[in-house]
Amino acid sequence: MSEYRIQGNTGEWEVVIGLEVHAQITSESKLFSGSSTGFGAEPNSHVSLVDAAMPGMLPVPNRECLRQAVRTGMAINAQINRWSRFDRKNYFYADLPQGYQISQLYHPIVGEGAIEVTLNEKDPDSPTKKIGIERIHVEQDAGKLMHDQHPTMSFVDLNRSGVALMEIVSRPDISSPQEAGAYLKKLRSILRYVGSCDGNMEQGSMRADVNVSVRKPGGELGTRTETKNVNSIRFMMQAIEYEAQRQVDLIESGGAVVQETRLFDPNKMETRSMRSKEDAHDYRYFPDPDLLPVELDDAFLEECRASLPELPDAKRARYEALGLTAYNAAVLTAEAETAFWFEDLLAEGVDAKQASNWLMSELFGALNKLGKTLDESPVNPKQAAELLGLVADGTISGSIAKQVFEIMLETGQGASAIVEEKGLKQTNDTGAIEAEIAKIMAANEDKVAEYRSGKDKLFGFFVGQTMKAMQGKANPQIINDLLKKALG
Amino acid sequence: MTDFSRLGVAAIRDGVANGEFKAVEVAEALNARVAAAKALNAFIVETPEMAVAAAQAVDADRAAGKPLGKMAGVPIGMKDLFCTEGVQTTAASHMLEGFVPTYESTVSANLWKAGAGMLGKLNLDQFAMGSSNETSYFGNVISPWRRNNGDNAALAPGGSSGGSSSAIAARLCPAATGTDTGGSIRQPAAFVGISGIKPTYGRCSRWGVVAFASSLDQAGPMARDVRDCAIMLEAMAGFDPKDSTSLDLPVPAWEAALNSDLKGKRIGIPREYRLDGIDEDIAKMWDNGIAWLKDAGAEIVDISLPHTKYALPAYYIIAPAEASSNLARYDGVRFGLRDLPEGAGLQDMYAATRAAGFGEEVRRRIMIGTYVLSAGFYDAYYTQAQKVRALIARDFENAWASCDLILAPTAPSAAFGLGEKNADPLSMYLNDVFAVPASLAGLPAMSVPGGLDKQGLPLGLQIIGKALDEQAVLNAGLAIEQRSGFTAEAGEWW
Repeated sequence: MSEYRIQGNTGEWEVVIGLEVHAQITSESKLFSGSSTGFGAEPNSHVSLVDAAMPGMLPVPNRECLRQAVRTGMAINAQINRWSRFDRKNYFYADLPQGYQISQLYHPIVGEGAIEVTLNEKDPDSPTKKIGIERIHVEQDAGKLMHDQHPTMSFVDLNRSGVALMEIVSRPDISSPQEAGAYLKKLRSILRYVGSCDGNMEQGSMRADVNVSVRKPGGELGTRTETKNVNSIRFMMQAIEYEAQRQVDLIESGGAVVQETRLFDPNKMETRSMRSKEDAHDYRYFPDPDLLPVELDDAFLEECRASLPELPDAKRARYEALGLTAYNAAVLTAEAETAFWFEDLLAEGVDAKQASNWLMSELFGALNKLGKTLDESPVNPKQAAELLGLVADGTISGSIAKQVFEIMLETGQGASAIVEEKGLKQTNDTGAIEAEIAKIMAANEDKVAEYRSGKDKLFGFFVGQTMKAMQGKANPQIINDLLKKALG
Repeated sequence: MTDFSRLGVAAIRDGVANGEFKAVEVAEALNARVAAAKALNAFIVETPEMAVAAAQAVDADRAAGKPLGKMAGVPIGMKDLFCTEGVQTTAASHMLEGFVPTYESTVSANLWKAGAGMLGKLNLDQFAMGSSNETSYFGNVISPWRRNNGDNAALAPGGSSGGSSSAIAARLCPAATGTDTGGSIRQPAAFVGISGIKPTYGRCSRWGVVAFASSLDQAGPMARDVRDCAIMLEAMAGFDPKDSTSLDLPVPAWEAALNSDLKGKRIGIPREYRLDGIDEDIAKMWDNGIAWLKDAGAEIVDISLPHTKYALPAYYIIAPAEASSNLARYDGVRFGLRDLPEGAGLQDMYAATRAAGFGEEVRRRIMIGTYVLSAGFYDAYYTQAQKVRALIARDFENAWASCDLILAPTAPSAAFGLGEKNADPLSMYLNDVFAVPASLAGLPAMSVPGGLDKQGLPLGLQIIGKALDEQAVLNAGLAIEQRSGFTAEAGEWW
């Protein structure tokens, strides 16, 4: 897709990138217990006996979490494994009450798949690339250590302990920070469409482990490093850039890349070593004997498939067929929320082109000014449809609609009520318009003469004057017609 | 006046139901026996007030004409591996000394619901790891039995359910819970001349039972006769949605269907269990058992379980592997012992806590388990052991083509003296040789008394059945019980 190269002293270098994305599965309760997954609760308020690994406690799989993983797999056209199994990954840490994480090493629930990414999803001519996905497996999240609560002690918050994650492992098919960014954006978009993860990177619902290595173009794969827990797309791209350059500098100065785990420091914009391969844990994976293998039957798979929404690529094609420009279709489908908003407008009977134009210019502009997201929009699709309906049936003009929208944003009032109250209804009263035109022509005899001697551009001046005189409420088409007649 | 210590589960239940005596009388009598038998060290915690409270509730229910449960009025001992709400649960370890659960295990809750009462928490091998009850942090349990040579040596009650076996044999309680991972119900039952059944894996919920090896652990009843085992197993068993490996099946009416007529049943005698140098008394008892079952109408067939000799090594890979992971939660962070040396960090705390909290046998098994799961050894040990496990299960499947039940000794010897086998873990592990195959295959298996050896010590006969066919196992046990004439008792020396 993009020819990303690092210029070193010894020539060009290619970057090879693979991502392991941890996505928190959207579910009411945890992967193996009934505790809530709610974000931001008091520490240790969402902890069951199972989450705290009390003696004799046993995990019971949450079907909804498995369902979400399967639906996600289907959305990336991946192989769904009808038989999968949970394994224990053993290590000691204070945020891991069981002393092991329940994960899936040997038999993940989702196998090979792929997603297609474009460097610029809003540009229909941007080249595309298929990024392979090796697997998706389901596993438990750990708790959180808090080191800033006490001078000599660390505290543990187990609210996240046992929350379900999907680990989505890409093939090392990514070859630039931009591609990595595009991949993560597309993946997030798919997850949000499917509803299997909210994709909220700030809250940690999605984070990436970034595997990077460098090599001479077409050469043998180099030694890779893994930068852990990068929690924004921008940071990930910066981490890749830094890490690839670091590796090139290291190799060119006679050193060698060490296989190790690194951390990205967003303040210093650099990665640094966390632990080397020698310190790596021996996780002693083995099948969790507390759990039976997961077997998926036809009915379950059928339900998963039937519950999948229309996905971004299919949606974009359909929007173009509705007559939208490729650009508009791309913008409207990039995020699930935008597409759903747009479709809500259509459901209210708004014309597709009118809806897309209004959404992209008026609504986005207004939200931008207010610093709000689409979810926080003060105007909902139903209210917007009422406004657009008034334009469509000629009750108000486009310019009046802008004013009405402003008032809606401020007051929350309905469009019709505003139009009624402020007397903004468009007039089709030709007599009134003709009277105003006559007045304007009388007051601007010189300009009438100029126009008649061929200065066509002045037509706009007359339209403006007439509209002003009508306080914007006249039907622009009628003004045009009447002016043409009067000016001859 | 009735000697309540001589009554079994059925007799107490029926006596209470018929109004022959009050449940409270039974509870008080047994509380007194428990209190007077401290020399056996069978109990870690005594809960006389709970036994009385449960009995009072049953008496009140009876007076009010309410229906009574399967175990109404029966005071029992609870192996201290079952978490009991508000009562210290230790798994006989220093690690959990003082740990008081806020929850009740499913099996114990089922028993209380059925009207049973708790006399106390029974001693066991630490984390159920051991065959002699010598690994308990709270000291050895002593068997009430003595050899007939007058040496008065303290004998092992078997393990890991040694507190259970000793207490029942000493008539401190009519029945007790046990758990069986590789023989921990059957071998101690055999050592003290009582009955005990490990049901099919999944019959009894593991929820709230301190885990040793999840794929093998199974709770079951221990009592002085087969009927009592049947009654108590009915009360303990049942589907539990909190245990993913629990069987979603109704609990059969085992007691009502007891029938010692074995006509049409074929009993397999596995030739591989006739080890070279098998104890003469054991061999004789086995032959007696064969004769009794024949007498009950069964047909005896010779069968082969060709992978038997690999069962013990496979077991001692799989069980420690699971244990090494199951016991990782005892880390000093959230409950139980915490040993935090001055200036220690997290890793130091783990090391100090686990070194202090686990006994030698537990540490040994954690190390074996960690080793067999580690990189480079996993395939050679764990994967191989799992294959053996599958072959053992297949051996049984093949055997069922020619028989309905299997008869074998429970253990290769009678009870040994305390301290006799500690020095050599391997000889201790060998005690499980006959018990382990049924555990690996998840099959129901029972031990019933088969007679005494030359030293006057009890020996056990083991009946192994098809998965879910506890009924046939119990029926064969009953047939043996009716013919063996086993009435021997330990003298009350304590």
